[in-house]
Amino acid sequence: MSDNDTTMTAMPILSAKDFASNQEAKWCPGCGDHAVLQQLKNVLPELGVAPENIACISGIGCSSRLPYYLGTYGVHGIHGRALPMATGLKVARPELSVWVGTGDGDALSIGGNHFIHTLRRNPDLNIILFNNEIYGLTKGQYSPTSKIGLRTVTSPSGVIDQPFNTAALTIGSGGSFFARAFDRDGKFLRAMLKRAALHKGTSLVEIYQNCPIFNNSAFELFATPDNKANNTIYVEQGMPLVFGKDKNKGIILDGFKPIVVDLDKEGLSKSDLWIHDEADINKASILARFADDDSLPRPFGVFYAEDRITYEDALTDQIKDAQVNGCGSLEQLLKGDNSYEIK
Amino acid sequence: MTEKKSTRQVNVTPKTSVSVLFAGDSGDGMQLTGTQFANTVAVYGTELNTFPNFPSEIRAPAGTIAGVSGFQLQFSSKPVYTPGARFDVMVAMNSAALKANLKDLHRGGIIIAGTEGFDEKNLKLAGYHEGANPLEDGSLDNYILFPVPVLQLTREALKESGLTNKEIDRCKNMFVLGLLYWLYSLPLEGTFDTLRAKFQKNAQMAEANIIAVKAGYYFGDETELFANLGRFDIAPQKQHGIYRRVTGNEACAIALTAASKKANLELFLGSYPITPATEILQTLAKKKKYGVKTFQAEDEIAGIVSSIGAAYGGALAATNTSGPGLALKTEALGLAVILELPLVVINVQRGGPSTGLPTKPEQSDLFMAMYGRHGEAPLPVVAASSPVDCFYATYEAARIAVEHMTPVICLTDGYLALSSEPWKVESPDNLADIKPRFQPERKPEDAPYLPYKRDDRQVRSWAIPGTKGLEHRIGGLEKQNETGNVSHDPENHELMTKLRAEKIARIADSIPLQSIDNGTLNGDLLVLGWGSSYGAIKTAVETALEQGYSVAHAHLRYINPFPKNLLEIFGNYKQILIPELNNGQLIHIIRDTFLIAPEGFSKVQGLPFNETEILNKITDLIKEL
Repeated sequence: MSDNDTTMTAMPILSAKDFASNQEAKWCPGCGDHAVLQQLKNVLPELGVAPENIACISGIGCSSRLPYYLGTYGVHGIHGRALPMATGLKVARPELSVWVGTGDGDALSIGGNHFIHTLRRNPDLNIILFNNEIYGLTKGQYSPTSKIGLRTVTSPSGVIDQPFNTAALTIGSGGSFFARAFDRDGKFLRAMLKRAALHKGTSLVEIYQNCPIFNNSAFELFATPDNKANNTIYVEQGMPLVFGKDKNKGIILDGFKPIVVDLDKEGLSKSDLWIHDEADINKASILARFADDDSLPRPFGVFYAEDRITYEDALTDQIKDAQVNGCGSLEQLLKGDNSYEIK
Repeated sequence: MTEKKSTRQVNVTPKTSVSVLFAGDSGDGMQLTGTQFANTVAVYGTELNTFPNFPSEIRAPAGTIAGVSGFQLQFSSKPVYTPGARFDVMVAMNSAALKANLKDLHRGGIIIAGTEGFDEKNLKLAGYHEGANPLEDGSLDNYILFPVPVLQLTREALKESGLTNKEIDRCKNMFVLGLLYWLYSLPLEGTFDTLRAKFQKNAQMAEANIIAVKAGYYFGDETELFANLGRFDIAPQKQHGIYRRVTGNEACAIALTAASKKANLELFLGSYPITPATEILQTLAKKKKYGVKTFQAEDEIAGIVSSIGAAYGGALAATNTSGPGLALKTEALGLAVILELPLVVINVQRGGPSTGLPTKPEQSDLFMAMYGRHGEAPLPVVAASSPVDCFYATYEAARIAVEHMTPVICLTDGYLALSSEPWKVESPDNLADIKPRFQPERKPEDAPYLPYKRDDRQVRSWAIPGTKGLEHRIGGLEKQNETGNVSHDPENHELMTKLRAEKIARIADSIPLQSIDNGTLNGDLLVLGWGSSYGAIKTAVETALEQGYSVAHAHLRYINPFPKNLLEIFGNYKQILIPELNNGQLIHIIRDTFLIAPEGFSKVQGLPFNETEILNKITDLIKEL
């Protein structure tokens, strides 16, 4: 909206509590979902969008209770179907800010078909994927992101299904934005949610979220300070891929192969390293595959952001084109193009 | 014809009605031929009813019975409601077409056979014994047979057209069309215009097709073949006015758009292609000029769920499907019931279960429409009775959905979907108002918004995103009365269940009473129909009345809730007959609702009823009384 747009009324300054509902969050104590909710409530006031112009749509699962705890419009739908519902709403009402709360089961298992198709269509939705690598609400069955070998009530001998790589799936489906965040790193999570909100198109934020009841410590490798330093890498646009407690480790690309290097030992400088470029889909694809290689640190941050027309804008353009000579009237509609007169 | 006058006098016999079947291989262009013939007679001003009948394969093996494609139509000087129980004239482009359809040709009927389709290869493919050829062996002596070398004559007519042999051969259907125009004294110019428009970018092709039509016409004029038969004329009888011809699927699409205009809502259709419902999506995709938004979803579930999202946003939301798709949508339908959002679901029924008979009509989804959801989830069900009535039924479904905040299922079927009839162009003023009840903005000092507070019809208000002060959360979990907050309270669940049911029941207050379509207001027999069997029942009851039987016809538009006077009407007749294209579904519901014992009449062959079947049933039943 331009500065001289006089129709814009000044937004009162809002805070997190303006985006809270009167319902008490019923997630378990210690659940990572509380942290996500809090950061979302922190981000929403920064967007300049009034609560009545925001809708949060969800499916089924622990994470899908999210809409109940936001003071915006919201629908808690049916299992796996949050994305088509959000798409329908966004297409009908492109001016709304539409958010989706979903989980690894909801989005990637029962809703897997909707997941891939929504990403390729690119409606302007902000998808928060709470990935706890387990089914929480149904009490502890393995999910499509559970690690091989995980023993659960439905995999007493260990999971034998290859888990989904969410980042690779997103990029492979033609998604225009992928970011990964962590429930324990509130500040970073908040930044990722804001980036998602500002991206025009389908933004997918995968949040590693701890389920203390059924899959506690699934992400322990990235949690404690020492672990975090050595096993995670925070990517930032235009910056070299550096990690480690003393920021002395980096990633170089040998052809398509990422290799961890020790900056101190190997006499390399930061400018020799892989420089992160959110616009490079090939590099994003390699980054996505880090999760499949235990020798590589787990990336967090915006992997990929592509500026591409949204589904609803493309449709609106087509409608505008069709109406270039005016909107059809009811009379015209009823008469049709092939009517004939009997005299 | 202006360019060439008849060279000799041929007798022209006036007739009231004729039923014609164009049949050939799926590659012979019979659908196009039939459609074009139908357009011509419609514009000529006769009454008309059409029915295409084709295999579900795009190209079944050429020359086989499985590959036969047919287009039947009846045109008449008086109103017609069916394409005819049997046909008077059959065009058979090959031996398979003849074999597949002969049983439905009137004894003494006319056969125009394209002789090239009766060569050794075609006869074998159609399953005739070696050496047997129905055109030569006398087996068609009970019919009036005209063997015409259609392909040879088309090739001769187009030898200087500059087209390839393959392209020339493809014009043979236009030759047949021209011949039929001659036989029924019909004008050709409309077809020429259509062909020029169709082949706008290929004038050569347009001209070749036009020459083929003319060649067929001149052939009729010049050959001695038809000297004894002569020509016929079906006098135009339609009232003055502006008409258009619509199929049921087109009528559904127009109705949704019209309802959105009348209600001042944007139309959103979330849909997934499925036979025989797809034309609704296709037609609406072309209505962008009217602001229509169509969304071809990744599956049936996304089709309905995207529509629920659009409905939450304040659109007139709809989805269209056929049986297997409705099955996939059932969970989402339950969500729409508990959310209490308006949604129109058009289900174009086809033969089932499972993939069943994708291109054939059946009325076997009534139970699914009525009961096909888990939990207590009643919703209104309306049914369309003719291609044109698909407009009125769909429009009414939209009105009920918006004004009563509920999903509504509108049932049509594959017969209505693809059949067509002329429709006198409707005036916008004749369409009922549709009034959405949007909840107005709420000020901070006002009482809290209660999403599930109801009016005296038990209808909640529609609070759409973007409205200040109405931010609220709804979902599939049971909700507390009025506040809409999640509630697991036992008494509350029972209360909400009853409120939702009561809301649907009270729709009976806003729908018209049941009327008698035709016949005596009391007497021996009431034929109670629903859906596409209207035409066959109407015609059968007309005939029975002419024969002096005490019979009446009532046709249900509203199946849930029923019109309030239905039981009263039942009391006026000694017996009730319910013909259905299923194994007996409406009859179950009628028995269950009214504790009466009607007589059922089932047909489950993937074919519509014909009037003779119903007439025989009526007369047999009355004789037994």
